[in-house]
Amino acid sequence: MTIAASTELICFALLGSVVIFGSLGVVLLSNIVYSAFLLGGVFMAVAGLYLLLNASFVAAAQVLVYVGAVNVLILFAIMLVNKKEDLIPIKGLRIRKLLSGGICAGLLALLIRVDITTPWSLPGPVPIGEEATVRIGEHLFTDYLLPFELASILLLMAMIGAIVLARRDVLGADIGTGDPVDQGLIEKTNTPLLIDKSST
Amino acid sequence: MLNSSLGPVPLQAYLVLASLLFCIGVWGLINSRNAVRVLMSIELMLNAVNINLMAFSSFLDGELIRGQVFAVFVITVAAAEAAVGLAILLSLYRNRVTVDMESFNLLRW
Repeated sequence: MTIAASTELICFALLGSVVIFGSLGVVLLSNIVYSAFLLGGVFMAVAGLYLLLNASFVAAAQVLVYVGAVNVLILFAIMLVNKKEDLIPIKGLRIRKLLSGGICAGLLALLIRVDITTPWSLPGPVPIGEEATVRIGEHLFTDYLLPFELASILLLMAMIGAIVLARRDVLGADIGTGDPVDQGLIEKTNTPLLIDKSST
Repeated sequence: MLNSSLGPVPLQAYLVLASLLFCIGVWGLINSRNAVRVLMSIELMLNAVNINLMAFSSFLDGELIRGQVFAVFVITVAAAEAAVGLAILLSLYRNRVTVDMESFNLLRW
């Protein structure tokens, strides 16, 4: 085995173990801040796997979008809603966890069996490697033009929707003059939708 | 070595890794009681799908790399989903003053 091949093998083993143990930590750790930072590590390791798969553009996009945007957004959300609360114990929680763990293990066994036993038509065409970015650009502006434009509309909708959903409640009247302000139409004052039965 | 022209790591290794990541994400999605952790599990599952797409794109479709284009779209949708999901979470927290998934049972029969 050449040096390049063994390096690739070592990189795959390292990144794969980071992905698996990091995601286990994301799911299992009790402190959610640790989970969020581990999630960033998992995203970085997945970007490394993309580099191993000859996809430098998508690796860069993964780092920019996931680590730079999604993970930071999740950290912000944690800091905004981070209230120490004692969760109400639920009957049969352990049985539920074991049962869902069994179902997930079954799903995993099924998936791995499919992965290994399917006769993939290997080897495929030789990867184009560094040309990949150019090829992605060609795809985006020829045969994937419609999804590309739809993605921009989707992002605009998501942006406006997130602003409308998450913005603070506005006052129905101007503080200085007392005149009614039409912003009150957009969002009502902060009254709970239901009376919270668990707190009373 | 199953595919010596592409290096020492076979396609199946990537697929098994993605399956493991997906199943961990499913388990976390079912069992998390913190709503933020549910969103994180969804991100894990989307990443597992992306690893699958990239592996197939590199091993079976090296000329056209359609898998990479799909992965870019999945990343876009995941970003939009995260933004809207966290906004919903914030307004939910403002109304119910908790992020416990077990207390969000308004639509349960």
